[in-house]
Amino acid sequence: MTFWILAPIMVAAALGLLVVRKAVHAALLLAVVMISLAVLYAVLEAPFLFAVQIIVYTGAILMLFLFVLMLVGVDASDSVVETIKGQRLLAGVSGLLLGVLLITSLTQTTLGATVGLAEANAEGNIQGIANILFSRWVFAFEVTSALLITAAVGAMVLAHRERLTPRETQPAMAARRIRDFGERGAHPGPLPPPGVFARSNAVDTAALLPDGTPAESSVSRVLAARGTVRSAPASDVDDLVRQVKGHQPHAARHADRAQDNTQGGAPQ
Amino acid sequence: MTEYVVLGAILFTIGCVGVLVRRNAIVVFMCVELMLNACNLTLVAFARQHGNLDGQIAAFFVMVVAAAEVVVGLAIIMTIFRTRRSASVDDASLLKY
Repeated sequence: MTFWILAPIMVAAALGLLVVRKAVHAALLLAVVMISLAVLYAVLEAPFLFAVQIIVYTGAILMLFLFVLMLVGVDASDSVVETIKGQRLLAGVSGLLLGVLLITSLTQTTLGATVGLAEANAEGNIQGIANILFSRWVFAFEVTSALLITAAVGAMVLAHRERLTPRETQPAMAARRIRDFGERGAHPGPLPPPGVFARSNAVDTAALLPDGTPAESSVSRVLAARGTVRSAPASDVDDLVRQVKGHQPHAARHADRAQDNTQGGAPQ
Repeated sequence: MTEYVVLGAILFTIGCVGVLVRRNAIVVFMCVELMLNACNLTLVAFARQHGNLDGQIAAFFVMVVAAAEVVVGLAIIMTIFRTRRSASVDDASLLKY
């Protein structure tokens, strides 16, 4: 029963892995598949693997995927351009052939009566696994430790980067800011927080400058790259400009100047 | 038991097609993980079929190897991304020329 509920979910999530554009969505779909697999392990009398699947696969490996996604590809979505002509079609056809081959051959074999693990799990599943793991498979288990330490060292070597330029110190940073201010007029202080003067203080809504234009430097670069920055609604901006003009002549001058630049009209 | 093995076969096939179709190296990697998981399901199903725990041990070792593989593979993807600013498998084709 559990199987027939979970199997369609897993197949649908796996098929979603083929079509979703964003890598983060693919990772979440993979999480669905993995957790469903863990439940199936529990059904198949493998409680130890049930726990390991959730802890190691969903907990560690998938989180590692998400970490790397955050580091690498916040704006990474697949291109739909085919670099090899007809590759998608051929891949689909060959995949279909492989699937048909596997399924027909599997359904035509008779597996015989299921023995079940009641006898092997008599002392408990974990005790049973430990008995075999530390007797018949003990050499493979020891070799695994060599594999893991190699992987850890390899990851450190690959991720290590030699520092080619000296580290920028705080005085140097301050001097650079002031130099930028002197040469280009860049604002030397901290960047404006999002949502200031806007109708919403959400982090993805740009702050409004006194003349009603959104301040692009107030939203995170990452959000801009993802394309999830919301502008304050245009009607709100107009309302705000009208209020600013009505009540505050100093701020209104900015708005007028902006209008002059675009329309070339006379100051009101 | 056949239904579990067939589900494993379907997931494996989907993983294969994903490796062939997807362009983002990280998603390709996820599809490889899907294939490993499909094999694990088959191993666990056959362990129950035959009534001994060797299949579960094999699945356990597959998980360990997958963990090590993911660590190294993602480090390689990070290194490629650092030099090319791209995680697309199409961009790492210099050996072709």
